[in-house]
Amino acid sequence: MSDQPAIQKPLPEPDDASRPFWDGAAAGRLMLMRCNSCRTWRLPSRMHCDRCLSTDVGWEQASGRGTVRTFGIMHQRYHPGFANDLPYNVSIVELDEGPRLPTNLVGVSNADIKVGMKVVVDWERHADVTLPKFRPA
Amino acid sequence: MTHSTFRGSTAIVGLGETRYYKRGAAPDPEFKMTLDAIRLAADDAGIDVREIDGFASFSNDRNDPAHLAAALGTKHVGFSNMFWGGGGGGGSGAVSNAAAAVAAGFCEIAVAYRGLAQGQFGRFGQGSTARQVAGAAAFTAPYGLMSPAQTFAMRVRRFMHEHRVEQDAMKAIALASYYHAQRNPRAVMYGKPLSAEDYDNSRWIVEPFHLFDCCQENDGAAAVIVTTAERARDLKHAPAYILAAAQGTDYRQAATVHNAPDYATSNFKTLAPRLYAMAGVGPEEVDVLQSYENFTGGVMMSVVENGFCTPEQVNGFFALETFRFDGGKLPLNTSGGNLAECYMHGLELITEAVRQVRGTSPCQLPRDVNISMVTSGPMVQPVSSLILGRESNR
Repeated sequence: MSDQPAIQKPLPEPDDASRPFWDGAAAGRLMLMRCNSCRTWRLPSRMHCDRCLSTDVGWEQASGRGTVRTFGIMHQRYHPGFANDLPYNVSIVELDEGPRLPTNLVGVSNADIKVGMKVVVDWERHADVTLPKFRPA
Repeated sequence: MTHSTFRGSTAIVGLGETRYYKRGAAPDPEFKMTLDAIRLAADDAGIDVREIDGFASFSNDRNDPAHLAAALGTKHVGFSNMFWGGGGGGGSGAVSNAAAAVAAGFCEIAVAYRGLAQGQFGRFGQGSTARQVAGAAAFTAPYGLMSPAQTFAMRVRRFMHEHRVEQDAMKAIALASYYHAQRNPRAVMYGKPLSAEDYDNSRWIVEPFHLFDCCQENDGAAAVIVTTAERARDLKHAPAYILAAAQGTDYRQAATVHNAPDYATSNFKTLAPRLYAMAGVGPEEVDVLQSYENFTGGVMMSVVENGFCTPEQVNGFFALETFRFDGGKLPLNTSGGNLAECYMHGLELITEAVRQVRGTSPCQLPRDVNISMVTSGPMVQPVSSLILGRESNR
């Protein structure tokens, strides 16, 4: 692994608020919080629903489908762990259920990324955690 | 809105600025530069620096009022205040908090200030290199999304997409800043002109931002002194009356993980109507605008949300000819601003707004300036704004 940067990319450390999300990812399921009262989806986790203020909430599996709301192409070396990836995309996918998820698009060149593209989740597995990335649908 | 008792009750009467340096190049400690700026502002106003009895700053400034007061020989402190939030969102807010304290009688002479020495304390806005990240960062950092430039580039990209805005609109903002800086000897970019080709050929930081779409990083300090309108009339310079101030944030703008409901915004939509209502003027009466540039795209959205053009007019309106001090329809960032004068977190935009009212800017408008406006900190939460006037109109 001689080409591995000395400082590696950061990875999520699940906490009480996010553990169902990351546990779901490890099992290949995109899990979101959903209000049991008005059925509105939400991310990241929070105690009450923005729409109806109910605190009655559960976690449900989302479709894993969404649309590219926006993106940027990063050229600047900022974090050493990403130096070998430059230029890389950072993207915001608006899930069909409503919440937005920051991610990287895979399986598409930077030049071909468009706002409004339909995308689907594509899991990137690491030793202890799995990241939801997205590829063109 | 009912009549505001704040309108025209206070004025900016003193300006102080150290020399402005590139990041890490200041020869003095931050605290000393802050003291210097406050002393210069008191001298400019024609008051004894020990009479200052109110202090206000922003962006978690490290130079706290109690220690400044001890060093300055301040007789007593009646008001000390920090405007919450990072970045430059509190530039106008610190001035308006100082002014509100004066208007309410907590103090009589207040200073709003900002000091920054990044060689001494490290760069502003740098991220962590921890291997494991928790909380909201767990949803962003693993994707290499960790810098303000990226976050704001994506907001701006969405605005450009929704309104079919071309890159040239952002270029016009950078060109105007450098155009003005070439006439301003204080500017760090004085003597370093920027051409349209230079902009086009400059490297990308994060698309859609070129290098010249991003603010500088600088060291220095700046301060402005605020007192009552009555006292202001007896001081050295013509007062720049504070006609209106607004501060705050729109609905859930600080929602984490890029989930703010209104995404492609500079966050001025609910401030602008409050600001204009308090001032009793509209955008068509604003003679000159200083609009905080963390990134040019934020200026673009701020100019729109403060009513100077519609989103659909951006491509035609945003041109160097529009923004020049010498004949432009909306003279913009007439000192060079954060891009080309100094990134003093936008306090230097307020000193320039005052100079335009006084008639002392190196890029002085060739016509009377009655209304001079500042917007601070697009795309952050909270943001703030100010309208200054040559007459108090009380």
